Amino acid sequence: MYTQAMDTRAADEAPKSLRSAEEVQLQERFDARIDAGDFIEAKDWMPEHYRKTLVRQISQHAHSEIVGMLPEGNWISRAPTLKRKAILLAKVQDEGGHGLYLYAAAETLGTSRDQLFDALHSGRAKYSSIFNYPTLTWADMGTIGWLVDGAAIMNQVPICRCSYAPYARAMIRICREESFHQRQGFEALLTMMTHGTEAQKAMVQDAVNRWWWPSIMMFGPPDDASPNSAQSMRWGIKRVSNDELRQRFIDATVDQAKLLGVTLPDPDLKWNEARQSHDFGAIDWSEFKRVLAGDGPCNRERLAARVKAWDDGAWVREAATAHANKQTMKEAA
Amino acid sequence: MSDRTEWPLWEVFVRSKAGLDHKHCGSLHAADPKLAIQMARDVYTRRQEGVSIWVVRSDQIVASDPGDKAMYFDPAEDKVYRHPTFYELPKSVDHM
Amino acid sequence: MQASIQLKRDPSVQYLLRIGDTALILAQRLGEWCGHAPVLEEDIALTNVALDLVGQSRALLTHAGTLEGAGHDEDQLAFLRDERDYFNATIAELPRGDFAFTILRNLIVATWAQLLWERLQASSDAEVSAIAGKAVKEARYHQQHAADWVVRLADGTDESRRRIDAALAELWRFTAELFESDAVDGAAHAAGLGPRFADLRDPWLAEMAAVFDEAGLAIPAESGFRSTGTRGVHSEHMGFILAEMQHLQRSFPGGVW
Repeated sequence: MYTQAMDTRAADEAPKSLRSAEEVQLQERFDARIDAGDFIEAKDWMPEHYRKTLVRQISQHAHSEIVGMLPEGNWISRAPTLKRKAILLAKVQDEGGHGLYLYAAAETLGTSRDQLFDALHSGRAKYSSIFNYPTLTWADMGTIGWLVDGAAIMNQVPICRCSYAPYARAMIRICREESFHQRQGFEALLTMMTHGTEAQKAMVQDAVNRWWWPSIMMFGPPDDASPNSAQSMRWGIKRVSNDELRQRFIDATVDQAKLLGVTLPDPDLKWNEARQSHDFGAIDWSEFKRVLAGDGPCNRERLAARVKAWDDGAWVREAATAHANKQTMKEAA
Repeated sequence: MSDRTEWPLWEVFVRSKAGLDHKHCGSLHAADPKLAIQMARDVYTRRQEGVSIWVVRSDQIVASDPGDKAMYFDPAEDKVYRHPTFYELPKSVDHM
Repeated sequence: MQASIQLKRDPSVQYLLRIGDTALILAQRLGEWCGHAPVLEEDIALTNVALDLVGQSRALLTHAGTLEGAGHDEDQLAFLRDERDYFNATIAELPRGDFAFTILRNLIVATWAQLLWERLQASSDAEVSAIAGKAVKEARYHQQHAADWVVRLADGTDESRRRIDAALAELWRFTAELFESDAVDGAAHAAGLGPRFADLRDPWLAEMAAVFDEAGLAIPAESGFRSTGTRGVHSEHMGFILAEMQHLQRSFPGGVW
């Protein structure tokens, strides 16, 4: 999910073949450790390509969390009850925290958070496509919790066993917190569908109509259109394929939708007895590519908001550093 | 973009309950020690995970070299006589 | 459209709403920083403050509703009063401005709140006393966080100093209202519910002076201006806040959330 753009790129070049005997041995030992299910820590030797792939994936995951604060942050001031306001504040705050854990994990690989922000703000780095869609009603909050966080959880749980330990540890922390995100969303929708007015129920259905397809696109392109997935699987960075995760998500969600009393906007969605799974309709991959390439409804605004926050905050960061330096000099005197 | 003013990285250790050790739980950026502690509290103890926080600047941490792993840690492997289970005693005194 | 509730202007209710509404409206302003703070860690910190304040306002509004005795719950009070029935101090409703403005306002209000909560622990009302027991710890943390930042910004760079000075010049004249006494807090004091606001002025000034001393800031001169939010007559900003905050409750009458 956080490698959507990487998945669609042409397969990365094979690493250079001219290597020292020592490097070959290190590579073999590394491969053996991966195959044995060992964890790799920050100071361990690792292939350059493994390091680069992880930096990209972890940082894109981090960017997704941060950018994800924006569509939900939109509704904090308009939350309909104090309880929902508190829940939404806590959830968005968690997302900031998740971004932070992930930037910290990425930094263990020899990059700095500022460098990662630079990549995001300049448009070089990507984040999950889902956050480029607008949040138009309060029901979008519950729907995002149910579907978007639900998809994220499905993707994240296998990464808790990722071969790169700092990333795995960050994921374990995140997964512990994430389940509240999905539950609060589902509960908010269930409340409206069970006890709400007709206008509220219509609002919920409308939100589901808009968020369903983008949510299942979150899992990335089909396996046969993801040339880089194989290498990530080989390295224990990716554990389950895009298609399999997507299928698991759809199967889990259909029953949840029935409980809510909403219709998922896919006329081709139906149970396949032979596969013991749901068949579903064709995904519009051209929309996915467009949104990923920067041409979705909110890409520009999301990035502009992050760049503005960063630029507007420069004087604050500089002041804190200046003050700390003054203190250090005073103590040294 | 702004490397001159990037705040230093700090490692965070939290003791979750009196009597337990401080455990490493992650890192964060802060300009000074006071800020680092406050931020660690805000970021890492929201769900009552802590009674005590340590922060250490990441560049102050000295770590053993993974290349030395064999030399440092393997020799402990075959000194089984350090473990209580190495010693078989009659049942009547085995609670020792 | 959902109509407004009619508030019974009982002095104890009004007294508690002055405190609860100030927390509510300040939380509303702090929530605006979510996703826009200068640094990720501070985003989390400001949101924490907002969450604490929402919690305090929920407790106070619920209790005020009980004392009012008209069957109003925390949400009806939070979302369905007319503007003239909100009693937050005007300082809380001012736009968030830049980080210097927000953090200095936090310092001003948290220092006031901490002194207030300390005294409310001795309230004759057991519920208020219980709320205070929790809230005083939160206010202490908010005050420390804000004070540390005010010192950093005042003694940081020329630009941060300029901004803190500007924030101080703008905010100071709204502080007097926090220490105005009238029949409402007179009645609260007489009943043992809570302190007179005027009694907080000297300790507040002493605390502010201590922080300003460390920061190298000067206490500004007194202004004759008096804001009147605690009487229900607000600034131009309040209408916009309420329009946003109340929107869903107003447009979904009978809604269950």
